[in-house]
Amino acid sequence: MQMIAEKIKEKIKELTENGKISRVMGWKKGLYGYDSEPFVFENGDLRDFTYDAFSGANLCKYMIAQSKNDGDGKILVLLKPCDTWGFELLDKEHRIKRENIYALGIPCGGMVDIEKIKKSGVKGITEISEKEDTLILKTMYGEKEVNKKDYLLDKCLVCSSKEYKDCDELFMTDLCGDTAEYDRFEEVEKLEKLSSSEKFEFWRSQLEKCIRCNACRNVCPACSCVKCVFDNDNSGVAAKANANDFEENLFHIIRAFHVCGRCVDCGECSRVCPQNIPLHLLNRKYIKDIKELYGDEDEAALLTFTTEDKEPSVVYERGKNNV
Amino acid sequence: MYKLPFEEINKLFEAVSLNTALYVPVKKNDTVVYEKYSENTIYAYDELNTVKSAKDFFFPQVQDIAQFKLRGKSIEIINNEEDYESFAVFGVRACDAKSFEILDKVFLAEPADPYYKERREKGVIITAACEKPDEVCFCTAFGIKPWEPSGDVSVWISGGYIYWQANTQKGLELTGKIKDIFNACEENEIEYFKAQIKNICGKLPFGNLDLKYFKETDEKDIFSSSVWDEIYKGCLGCGTCTFVCPTCQCYDIRDFDNGKTVERFRCWDSCMYSDFTKMAHGNPRKTQKERFRQRFMHKLKYFPMNNEGIYSCVGCGRCVRSCPQKLNIVKVAEAFSHD
Amino acid sequence: MQTDRGVTAEKEFQPKIIAFCCNWCSYAGADLAGSGRLSYSADVKIIRVPCSCRINPMFILRAFQKGADGVILAGCHPGDCHYSTGNYFTRRRMTLLFSMLDYMGIEKERTRVEWISAAEGAKFSATMNEFAGEIKKLGRSKRLGDLRCR
Repeated sequence: MQMIAEKIKEKIKELTENGKISRVMGWKKGLYGYDSEPFVFENGDLRDFTYDAFSGANLCKYMIAQSKNDGDGKILVLLKPCDTWGFELLDKEHRIKRENIYALGIPCGGMVDIEKIKKSGVKGITEISEKEDTLILKTMYGEKEVNKKDYLLDKCLVCSSKEYKDCDELFMTDLCGDTAEYDRFEEVEKLEKLSSSEKFEFWRSQLEKCIRCNACRNVCPACSCVKCVFDNDNSGVAAKANANDFEENLFHIIRAFHVCGRCVDCGECSRVCPQNIPLHLLNRKYIKDIKELYGDEDEAALLTFTTEDKEPSVVYERGKNNV
Repeated sequence: MYKLPFEEINKLFEAVSLNTALYVPVKKNDTVVYEKYSENTIYAYDELNTVKSAKDFFFPQVQDIAQFKLRGKSIEIINNEEDYESFAVFGVRACDAKSFEILDKVFLAEPADPYYKERREKGVIITAACEKPDEVCFCTAFGIKPWEPSGDVSVWISGGYIYWQANTQKGLELTGKIKDIFNACEENEIEYFKAQIKNICGKLPFGNLDLKYFKETDEKDIFSSSVWDEIYKGCLGCGTCTFVCPTCQCYDIRDFDNGKTVERFRCWDSCMYSDFTKMAHGNPRKTQKERFRQRFMHKLKYFPMNNEGIYSCVGCGRCVRSCPQKLNIVKVAEAFSHD
Repeated sequence: MQTDRGVTAEKEFQPKIIAFCCNWCSYAGADLAGSGRLSYSADVKIIRVPCSCRINPMFILRAFQKGADGVILAGCHPGDCHYSTGNYFTRRRMTLLFSMLDYMGIEKERTRVEWISAAEGAKFSATMNEFAGEIKKLGRSKRLGDLRCR
């Protein structure tokens, strides 16, 4: 990764010198080796630029704000394969000014979830270095080595494609490596098979953790409304906290529904959740339903129809044996 | 000072819960929360901190205040008068214990907040020393001693024993009711353990976080510094940092019309939100930069200016761990100290 | 309050059912049922909407929040929409929403979509009676509802 980061830096320098770009949206090195943050590098100053195993954040949504002003010049944005899907969506929905952006596709072999490492019992991590697939963790309590592949982000575990979309240039993307064969709907299917009360219990136990921080909404490339219905006092559902279980359900059903058919399954909602609620399972349920009921369509499922669509009663018939 | 073999910790919980409701940190559904003690409770002693802080006990995320009922042409106001039961919270860390002192300055200043005050009076805080601090901890930067946590009672879990020491009147009362289960022991039995924690705390990467800039610079200069322009851009504008923070104390008051009555409640608010302190003309802080700046200015400058130099941060490290995009107060302080 | 509740519990359960009816077909269907002296359950409260497509998931969930035990949506038959295609969108939207509610363990029988034309007064009353009966069997909506509104 170190090598890739250096090469990307060189590439950025070259593009800056050629006058193609004026700023860079990338990741800045953090304090502990695992906390690289999204950052806008300006004036060719690439101090602390990094692209490491912890650059899991999807940078595409920042482009809404960053591409707004024509006077700022072009901004380069670094996009991993799954980041480009959200980028393409933002472009398609005219949320970004595409002409002010230079999208550079970069290689990704899966990103690491620091929380998973911490949950395995490692404490006091002060520095991390990478050696191929091994992460060397320097901690306050001694050194430890772990294999990167054992601690990948959930979203990387179901990495379905290394396909880049809507990029201006692909850079070293042949380094991506293969994607393993995963059934991305496995978890959803498991839940579908549960009885009605088991499903209810499962979702209650998950959603009751919600602290309504809105991180899932704010990070989502499909949630690009200027003013969210939940922030709009005139909507009747504006709330800053979940007053009870109903509001927890309401928020999450509606959040998932508002991106239904547009969700690109980038997995950011689950990554950012401070309470580890598997939010992607809500979105993925819609994706699965759309696939099963309407097949693969180019347009967002809720913006189109066919006269032969299934009746809503299909839902009752489907799980008749589950009680 | 008393002690008890660690295997018998449930005996201690049992004894406390016979006297008062007891809350204990547990691992539950992939997160760490306080749960009311019951026979099946397993104390998550190896988890340093709960995801949400302990401020919930005194300043809950949602608090009902009153109901309004329309009776003919008059409005009846029914104040919410809950009868809080007395309770004890076990396993609070030194940082959270300190955070209550900061919240006290806000909620107990005249006019005191009755809900907070009552809960504060009824709650017994049992703190636990941090055997294994994490890298995100920087409480020592604020003069907090995780080897000697404050609170009504302090406990140390070490060498197969749990040591119990009452610090306040409330703590002594509770100890008096349960002391039969303990063995007496000497104060100096834990000295070695304290020294050990102190030693580890010396290794905290930001245990000596440099806050000189915020202390010495005029607030107007910090406010207009160009550093803010650089560091806010990764901020999503979500409320994670404020909702996991033990010292964030902003709230909003809202009404809910249930068809028969109007229920007034207050709930946590976040300065990161676009509708924070919204007035007729909108939010006075129009951009995310201003909102981001507000949070850190409040914690590191405005609050100390009004409270004898006490920062509104206790270095618990929750925001460091939970921020989706890995921005946090340590990075802010560092960004300014290098400039 | 508690005694109040105790008394109502002893009484027969009266479900609250919200029927969103489209102005052009189903609402007229309800009218026809009325003028044809066909009775339908008094538990059904009709809310008239310009088109079934006006309904979004928030309407359905808010009905449950405010105390509904069942929500039924009635619109023109597919192909007959006054606005040509509105009900096709409704169909997709509601299929996906109901499927999600089911996925979250909320009784799927509490929500329904029916196509009822202006000429189908009999179907209107039969459908509503049948739906009301089903909701009565299911009892109060406990999994989706706001305690503050009880």
